Amino acid sequence: MLKKYSGHPYIMWSLIFIVFPLLLVIYYSLVKASPETGKIIFSVEGYKTFAQPLYLKVFMKSIILAIEATVLCLIIGYPIAYIISTMQAKTQKIVALLLILPMWMNFLLRTYAWMAILKKNGFLNMFLEALGLPTVNLLFSDGAVLLGMVYNFLPFMVLPIYTVLSKIDKSVIEAAGDLGANSKTVLRKVVLPLSIPGVMSGITMVFMPAVSTFVISSLLGGGRSVLIGNLVEQQFLSVNNWNFGSAISVVLMVFILISMGLMKRYDAGEKGEMSLW
Amino acid sequence: MKKLLLLMLVAVFMVTTTACGEEQVVLNVYNWGDYIDESILKDFEAEYGIKVNYEMFASNEDMYVKIKQGGTKYDVAFPSDYMIEKMVNEDMLVSFDAASLENYKHIGEKFKGLSYDINNEYSVPYLWGTVGLVYNRELVDEADMMSWDALFDEKYNGQILMYDSQRDSLAVAFKKLGYSLNSTDPKELEEAKQLLIDQKPLVLAYVTDNIKDLMLSEEAAIGVDYSGDAFQILLEGGTEKFGYSVPKEGSNMWFDAMVIPKGSEHVEAAKLFIDYMSRPEVALKNVEYVQYSTPNVSILGDLSEELKSIPYAYPSEEELDHCEVFVDPGAFVEEYNEAWVEIKAN
Amino acid sequence: MVTSFRSKLHNFIKNFYTLLIFIFLYAPIVVLIVFSFNASKYGTQWEGFTLDWYIKLFEDRAIMKSFYYTVAVAVLSSSIATVIGTFAAIGIHNMKPLRRQVMLNINNLPILNPDIVTGVSMMALFVFFKAQLGFITMLLAHITFNIPYVILSVLPKLRQMPKDILEAAMDLGATPWYAFRKVIVPEISPGIITGALIAFTMSIDDFVISFFTTGNGVSNLSIVIYSMARRGLNPKINALSTIMFVSVLLLLLIVNRQQGKESKKTYRIKGSEM
Repeated sequence: MLKKYSGHPYIMWSLIFIVFPLLLVIYYSLVKASPETGKIIFSVEGYKTFAQPLYLKVFMKSIILAIEATVLCLIIGYPIAYIISTMQAKTQKIVALLLILPMWMNFLLRTYAWMAILKKNGFLNMFLEALGLPTVNLLFSDGAVLLGMVYNFLPFMVLPIYTVLSKIDKSVIEAAGDLGANSKTVLRKVVLPLSIPGVMSGITMVFMPAVSTFVISSLLGGGRSVLIGNLVEQQFLSVNNWNFGSAISVVLMVFILISMGLMKRYDAGEKGEMSLW
Repeated sequence: MKKLLLLMLVAVFMVTTTACGEEQVVLNVYNWGDYIDESILKDFEAEYGIKVNYEMFASNEDMYVKIKQGGTKYDVAFPSDYMIEKMVNEDMLVSFDAASLENYKHIGEKFKGLSYDINNEYSVPYLWGTVGLVYNRELVDEADMMSWDALFDEKYNGQILMYDSQRDSLAVAFKKLGYSLNSTDPKELEEAKQLLIDQKPLVLAYVTDNIKDLMLSEEAAIGVDYSGDAFQILLEGGTEKFGYSVPKEGSNMWFDAMVIPKGSEHVEAAKLFIDYMSRPEVALKNVEYVQYSTPNVSILGDLSEELKSIPYAYPSEEELDHCEVFVDPGAFVEEYNEAWVEIKAN
Repeated sequence: MVTSFRSKLHNFIKNFYTLLIFIFLYAPIVVLIVFSFNASKYGTQWEGFTLDWYIKLFEDRAIMKSFYYTVAVAVLSSSIATVIGTFAAIGIHNMKPLRRQVMLNINNLPILNPDIVTGVSMMALFVFFKAQLGFITMLLAHITFNIPYVILSVLPKLRQMPKDILEAAMDLGATPWYAFRKVIVPEISPGIITGALIAFTMSIDDFVISFFTTGNGVSNLSIVIYSMARRGLNPKINALSTIMFVSVLLLLLIVNRQQGKESKKTYRIKGSEM
């Protein structure tokens, strides 16, 4: 009984608060106030506008940036998740909390603090100068944007991976060792595959919001580029073209859901059950 | 588990009940962040027994969407000129005769009959200013600072900060080319766009409020900024080191004013609040905190020396020559936006 | 001897890497704390130590009120989202593949949509039902975007759980509720806790969605801070963040010591039973 009805409250909730607003967005993307009569008419103008090279370029840039940030988070984050999982039980919980604590400080504050660190006359350069090393010019570069993105998304990659790693059945690892595997092989062939569910969640929680992030790029990147997030916000606020803004969002949704679906094919998944995509 | 549920229920109960159940008049005031001396709100409440619910917004556009969609009945809002014009066109504001307010007489003549509210029936000016160049005297040639050309000069490569706002940046380009900053001519827009694309390699960054920090720490030598914001730099870093100018080609003059959105249930109380803000003592207290330029001419003599000594805080007619107020571009805003995306995407 | 050196090297690398990561994570935090004591409003130079901003902070009614709402919404929304999300994850885990995929995709929407889209569409929803925007609407919006993160945190643990453990427990005579409480929950509890933590984090720092789903004088800290964007962030905010940070650290220390004492107690009892 639990299994059957456990999900029902959420199904109800999501229908009201996720699906209905989604339908609203799709509706907005397909209608526009006719310039002549002012009445609401069906229009795919938003989608057509988006198909132009200018906007597709923006779209690609956002996707690539998000992929880079996600990959970096994975490379940097997996080891730390593993390390935490090998700590004493008590320490593990504290370290996990300490990992996410910085994210409770306001995002703008943190980003401005990074600007104070990375700028020409900032703390990093002060530190380097004190050591007699050459100074760096990191602020307002693509590197600074990536750094900012990794900074803000790293805990969301680490935590799900860590929670899975922390409970990998030790006896499985011992068995592998008994069968002659050295620690590298154990890692590759046993631990890694078993941690995939956590990795998938981590990638989901990083990649998806990363695509629509733009504030980090505006601040740490010096506003030198425009991302899909900028575009959507402009359309909803400055330009008041909800038709275009919604069209962009729908395209984004479809694209990401499909690509996430494709990625899940690599997921070992439950035996004998094929995913929809 | 049960204890947790009970706790949550109590919390929800407490919060929802404290939200309602008061008979006194409550004014919903909607303003920019950190744009008022908040003790003034307390003084107002004490004097009139009217409670003030103070909410803040980050941009005119955010405010517009919130007010348009409804959901909250705001009584007083503080939009900027072009937004007021837009709201008037969309019948979103209550018409009240500004002259009927007792303290309206303290507002300077040149702040009345402005293009966005010709008959002074929708708004009362709050603070105003210009857009101009803020610069570090030690790092630039002061002679260059009277023209927008300085922002496009190779000499200042990597030392230039532009404002991250499509209208403000396009305005700079339009003015440099000798056009109106409200231009809806596609050819002129194309020229302005190209100018800004060509400028991009020279620009250090497109910034907003962090321009103050960057100027003060000498990350850049010259930037485009709102007057009030630039004044913060001058006040903090000293006027010997920093300067502000309105280039000779002309620039943007902006006004933030108080309006009463339709849907307000306390129009009389709202008018009382607006009138209160224009009282000389109140306006003075406010200006000393916010440090922007005030349209309240009765207090100009009482300003602190610090505020009086800021260049262009109270510019002459000459200095304001060729300055324009933003006008709502209507549908043309889509062209502005596309141009801006092209500039940024390059 | 060789293995000992290798394991020492291993440990050193592990610790060094962990240290690096923590320096990375906390560098900006240290900077913002330092600035909260800076007499200058801008972070450009150190103009002397001062507690002025802390004093000004407590006098600032709007900030303190919004702080209260921020914590209230964060605690409430993350708790409720954790409960709904955990049950939802169990439900989704046991769904047939097609339904599961659909639910998972729906679940992904609040995470993948730009905040402005979620914010504006939820605002449109509330306005459609003629609701007054305020605490409740903001809370509902927060719960909505929190649940997906809880589900994403709990699902991996469910997948990791041995499949027939529930049946096994019931075969041994447990009622479904008992089996749930004593078998499933302990198995997935790290996921639940992580989910709650992440939900709390998302809620405490949200601006756009909160901005468009609240009103009538209810504001949160992020809204107050972002609305200062045109004017520049007042160091009062740094002061508040510092207080928040230190409070959580203290809480952590206290809870840690409490747990330390408790585990000592059980150990002693166990020992005496021997």
